[in-house]
Amino acid sequence: MRKTTAWRAAAVAAAALLTATACGTQRGHDDQDTAAGGACKGQQTTGITDKTITLGGIYPLSGPASAYGTISKGVAAYFRYVDDKGGIDGRKVRFIVRDDGYQPPKAVEEARRLVEQEKVFAVFQTLGTPSTAAVWDYLNQQKVPQPFVATGASAWGTDAKHPWTIGWQPSYVAEARVYAKYLKEARPKARVAVLYQNDDFGKDLLGGFEKAVAGSGIKVVAKESYEVTDPSVSAQMASLARSRADVLLDVTTPKFGSQALAADARNTRWNPLHIVNNVASSTAVLQPVGFKNVQGVVSATYFKDPADPRWANDPEMKTYTSALHKYAPDADPANQFNAYGWAVASSLHQALDTMKCPTREGLRDAVRHLKDVKVGLLLPGVTMSTGPGDAFPLETMQLMRFKGQRWQLFGKPVDTRKEFGPPAE
Amino acid sequence: MSVVTDLLQQVVEGLGSGAVYASLALALVLIHRFTGIVNFAQGELAMLSTYVAWQLVASGMPFWLALPVTLAVSFAGGMLVERLVIRPVQGAPELTVVIVTVGLFIFVNALAGLVWSFTVKDFPQPFPDGGLYLAGVRLDWSTLGMIAVVAVVMGLLYLLFQHTSIGLVMRAVAGNPASARLSGIRVGRVLMLGWGLAATVGAVSGVLVAPVLFLEPNMMGGVLVYAFAAATLGGFDSPVGAVVGGLFVGVAETLTGAYVDVIGADLKVGVPLVIILAVLLVRPQGLFGRAAVERA
Repeated sequence: MRKTTAWRAAAVAAAALLTATACGTQRGHDDQDTAAGGACKGQQTTGITDKTITLGGIYPLSGPASAYGTISKGVAAYFRYVDDKGGIDGRKVRFIVRDDGYQPPKAVEEARRLVEQEKVFAVFQTLGTPSTAAVWDYLNQQKVPQPFVATGASAWGTDAKHPWTIGWQPSYVAEARVYAKYLKEARPKARVAVLYQNDDFGKDLLGGFEKAVAGSGIKVVAKESYEVTDPSVSAQMASLARSRADVLLDVTTPKFGSQALAADARNTRWNPLHIVNNVASSTAVLQPVGFKNVQGVVSATYFKDPADPRWANDPEMKTYTSALHKYAPDADPANQFNAYGWAVASSLHQALDTMKCPTREGLRDAVRHLKDVKVGLLLPGVTMSTGPGDAFPLETMQLMRFKGQRWQLFGKPVDTRKEFGPPAE
Repeated sequence: MSVVTDLLQQVVEGLGSGAVYASLALALVLIHRFTGIVNFAQGELAMLSTYVAWQLVASGMPFWLALPVTLAVSFAGGMLVERLVIRPVQGAPELTVVIVTVGLFIFVNALAGLVWSFTVKDFPQPFPDGGLYLAGVRLDWSTLGMIAVVAVVMGLLYLLFQHTSIGLVMRAVAGNPASARLSGIRVGRVLMLGWGLAATVGAVSGVLVAPVLFLEPNMMGGVLVYAFAAATLGGFDSPVGAVVGGLFVGVAETLTGAYVDVIGADLKVGVPLVIILAVLLVRPQGLFGRAAVERA
């Protein structure tokens, strides 16, 4: 972090000097494509002109995680909608989507192509922790912004060596804290069993939860992990049932989420409060288990569910629905991933609007100086904030409980930074 | 819950996953008996059959009608795969055939993803919900039903292998295709039959496990490793061995995961690999298999 601050101080000083001496020089006199003028002199302008801005996204359009690929449709629909309204600060958006099949080596290859051949201004977004971690060294070496990556790993916010990369959605640690706070209030003596995926995602959330409940009356009494290659988690669920814990924290990805919910429903002698993490909370996970088997399950979220009739008259939701029909007719507006894409794209739009310089450096700094930025599709009370020492745009989530055929929000939005302080590394 | 019921419950869970492995191991054994090759795509073909069944049920067909239709489609599909994909490389070194089946694995997996997407599908459970409690140990009807079906399939295969003329013919084909052809056996037909039957047994396996594992294109990928361990342990030419091997692998995996702290759930995926290695070192033909005798 210190390194960044020093760099920034130097940049500010240099900028001040330049404005004093070279005021009025609108364009850098060297290579017009790689340098800006005025206070922004010396900064990179690759991929951005007065008329256009080029962005590249890498998503799993094929392969095991391809259900997430539709996020790119929500993003693309947003940019086309904005283009028709005059673009982002007069610039039309060129959004190039590439497929990595959820394979990190492929993500690296695509990132290189986007940067070196397509000359993108920024890589927006990479999806998934493995792919993002695979490309962030390269993008940071090349000084290419990698804003709002589509993964909740806390590393994007705690790491000081990658200033060009930043997350967007609440981190897994923030999510764990929301559950911890809820249990402290609702079940202060809870004995918790945890099922988690044995990778960075699972360990991040589990670690965050254990830290957040440390010193309280809540105890983690059993932990079982699984590999993504395991056929099923039923053996793990049987082991957890032995603990007779009264809460089950279910940190799984979609298929295993379905399996764990079904195993819980099958075992009529063990009925813990089942908390399923956001990653496995979509209706596509719950529906195969049978809605009658998942009543009362608890989870947390931060953006408006397009399938929830509560938002039917929400202005931004209406814009989103009609724009999606128009610009992405093959995408289902009720799919939460499309809404996610729309929300993150409009978040980027707002960050681009606050850039002091229309340069890569300008974007890098803008996403780290967001102040209570409101985004239409985020839940009321959830805003984007970053600043020195805070590289987590979203840290507020609200709890929800499954009732009937859909999730119902309950309680107040929980600002995890306010409640627990900044997440430690 | 006492320590003993606890242990028994874990054993029951192990038998449940063991039945899953055994069902696919049966298909592996069958195709190996018929054609002498190990089919890496067996799990994916089973997954594809399960999607066929799912599609039929989703379009309104009752489950008990969809099942025989699926089995028939799978039988035909298996024969077709043999004729179109495997026949051209027949007679090539074993490695070539194995690599073709690996290619088939990847192709079928991607195809299913393309057609049905990677979203999890729910598959109707043919057995009733719930279960019974025996001395404090919970037995799901689905687990019992699965073990029963696997036992029946095993019995049928045993009869086919040992007490029918086609069993004799296919042993001849697997043992020495050239001599078999010279003595008037239509080798191509036998091989097609082998692939068809294996695909049918695989379809039974897929339909059995889908309600528990949830249907998606990677459903059988994890199962295949365990099924290989089961078939290796029991012997690649013995249906009884496949089932015993499957149940053993399932129980061993569950118990080591639950009681051996060093292994825990993190390392239990290593259990089948250790079993495969140990069997290959100590008794390569497996527990129930017959050692291949080759003329020097």
